[in-house]
Amino acid sequence: MPAPAAVPPPENAVVRWIEERLPIFGFVKHHLRDYPTPRNLNYLWNFGSIAGVMLVVMIVTGVLLAMQYTANVNMAFDSVERIMRDVNYGWLLRYLHMNGGSFFFIAVYIHLFRGLYYGSYKAPREILWWLGLIILLLMMATAFMGYVLPWGQMSYWAATVITNLFSAIPWVGDSIVTWLWGGFSVDNPTLNRFYALHYLLPFVIFAVVFVHLWALHTVKSNNPLGVEPKGKQDTIPFHPYYTAKDFFGFGMFFIVYLGVVFFAPNLFSEPDNYIQANPMVTPPHIVPEWYFLPYYAILRSIPDKLLGVIAMFGSILVLFVLPWLDRSPIKSGRFRPIFKQLFWLFVVDCVVLGWVGKNSPDAILRISDTVGVPFLVIGRIATAYYFGHLLVLLPLIAAIEKPKPLPDSISAASGGKG
Amino acid sequence: MRGQRILTLAVLGAALFARAAAAADDLPRWSFDGVFGSYDRAAAKRGFQVYHDVCSACHSLNLVYYRNLQQIGFTEDEVKAFAAEKQVNDGPNDQGEMYQRPGRPSDHIVPPFANEQQARMANNGALPPDLSVITKARKGGPDYIYSVLTGFVDAPEGVKVPDGMFYNTAFPGHAIAMPPPLVDGAVTFADGTNATVPQMAADVVVFLNWAAEPELEARKKLGVQVLIFLVLLTAMLYAVKRKVWSALH
Repeated sequence: MPAPAAVPPPENAVVRWIEERLPIFGFVKHHLRDYPTPRNLNYLWNFGSIAGVMLVVMIVTGVLLAMQYTANVNMAFDSVERIMRDVNYGWLLRYLHMNGGSFFFIAVYIHLFRGLYYGSYKAPREILWWLGLIILLLMMATAFMGYVLPWGQMSYWAATVITNLFSAIPWVGDSIVTWLWGGFSVDNPTLNRFYALHYLLPFVIFAVVFVHLWALHTVKSNNPLGVEPKGKQDTIPFHPYYTAKDFFGFGMFFIVYLGVVFFAPNLFSEPDNYIQANPMVTPPHIVPEWYFLPYYAILRSIPDKLLGVIAMFGSILVLFVLPWLDRSPIKSGRFRPIFKQLFWLFVVDCVVLGWVGKNSPDAILRISDTVGVPFLVIGRIATAYYFGHLLVLLPLIAAIEKPKPLPDSISAASGGKG
Repeated sequence: MRGQRILTLAVLGAALFARAAAAADDLPRWSFDGVFGSYDRAAAKRGFQVYHDVCSACHSLNLVYYRNLQQIGFTEDEVKAFAAEKQVNDGPNDQGEMYQRPGRPSDHIVPPFANEQQARMANNGALPPDLSVITKARKGGPDYIYSVLTGFVDAPEGVKVPDGMFYNTAFPGHAIAMPPPLVDGAVTFADGTNATVPQMAADVVVFLNWAAEPELEARKKLGVQVLIFLVLLTAMLYAVKRKVWSALH
């Protein structure tokens, strides 16, 4: 991180002794207290810090669970149930971790769509945006491997389906899949390596989050107006203003999160995952966790396996070039009448993709007794819109849209109010 | 605008609630549902009796220990007696030999079959599933299990049920390998309750839900405390936020 501005030497001798050797107090003051933050951030800006807290919750509960879990195909399922039954507060740890994954994704998805709406990916925040996407990809890998660990039916078959995607790679696909499995099917070696990686990746995420914050503190936070702060009158110190606001946000988020943990702990999970993995029995519908459903719908809407896999990964990868697809100099959707409408259409499209992913592709949405639309068709239209929005509409809107006039500055827009 | 949104949410919520209420028409109301739910001990004990006298002939309950039964109100002596009914393989002893001994409260509930092959052999090729987490492992949970247990009827005209299978209104595909397990009076309840099929089905579902979620009561109790604390804390955090920001507004 950039060297903190010169701070007067601390009065306390011990603090001064440390500060001269490692300027940790200056660092904390610079980054957690003085960090100049736009005065007009709304509550959507809470979700970054909420995601950070969820990462810590996941690591802490995960390490405690790891002390009780056994990564062996014959014991994994029972060891999770033993945690639920015989470990003191094991049920709490397990439900916190299991639902924590879902709530981590909820926070991150809101954080991401907030960035999409307010143009937080635009210059000078492209690298900040990329780092966020890298965190998302790492989270997806971590979540997928974590889902395999309880070794239920969905664990096993999700692992089989997802690892099999790599067989679509020409020539070397099958060899790669065998290499990933450590054998000729998903089995004990697969479970062991997934466990090792599931333990490793969160710490990689932690490191990338740190770099994400480094980039953030270099380019500073975007804000709902998308107008960069022009001076001291536009910013307020992070502490006490945003610390106070963030803590209120944590409280609200935890009310919902813990409400689910204590009163509907299996809300997000598939009943089939309480059946021990059985390679001889395929569940009638293999569905991933909810946060993967839109990608799953994209995968299945493309008739060719390789192209489907490319489209699925492409749906995230395309976001890396978003700063150059959307060339409008206006950041905030507030001042972009056409963009704003289509943004909400895009959000609806992502929800529709998730809904399609939840249903079997040959299922039919009945509109009346005689009329029905196959989910496959809905999925294809939604997939086309997903890529069409990002690759065609965004560049087009930027070219033709007449934005509303921007305020001169943050303080001018709020009339001196926060 | 905002008012409209809140109204829409309220209507949606009410609709969902109404649907849930309508669906529950002919199903028992479970004592363990809801924020303050707990297990009806008398029903759970009767449910164990149904499991013990009927289900356990074919279905294992591998994740439950005999000692756990004290949680639903059986005395230590009753639990010892249940465990001692079964023989358990143990050993090796000082002579290096395996031996059989009566079950103890610290043993898992002894399964009816030694392995999957034996279970299939005895059941016309079908495998009776373990019941430890059955209410969590099926869509619809306790309501579904109850519906299967009470859903045996004669097949409608024109529907052919394969040999050795039975027609069931709740089971997916309607052909189930399990013969109707409950008939009126199959169990003589120790507490004198009339053992009708719906009564036995409801009781055994309470027992099985306890087997699947023995932590439920502790979870809900702690949850109420945690949420009361969190709501108060969050209200105070909101007051702090308002106070801090008042300097700006």
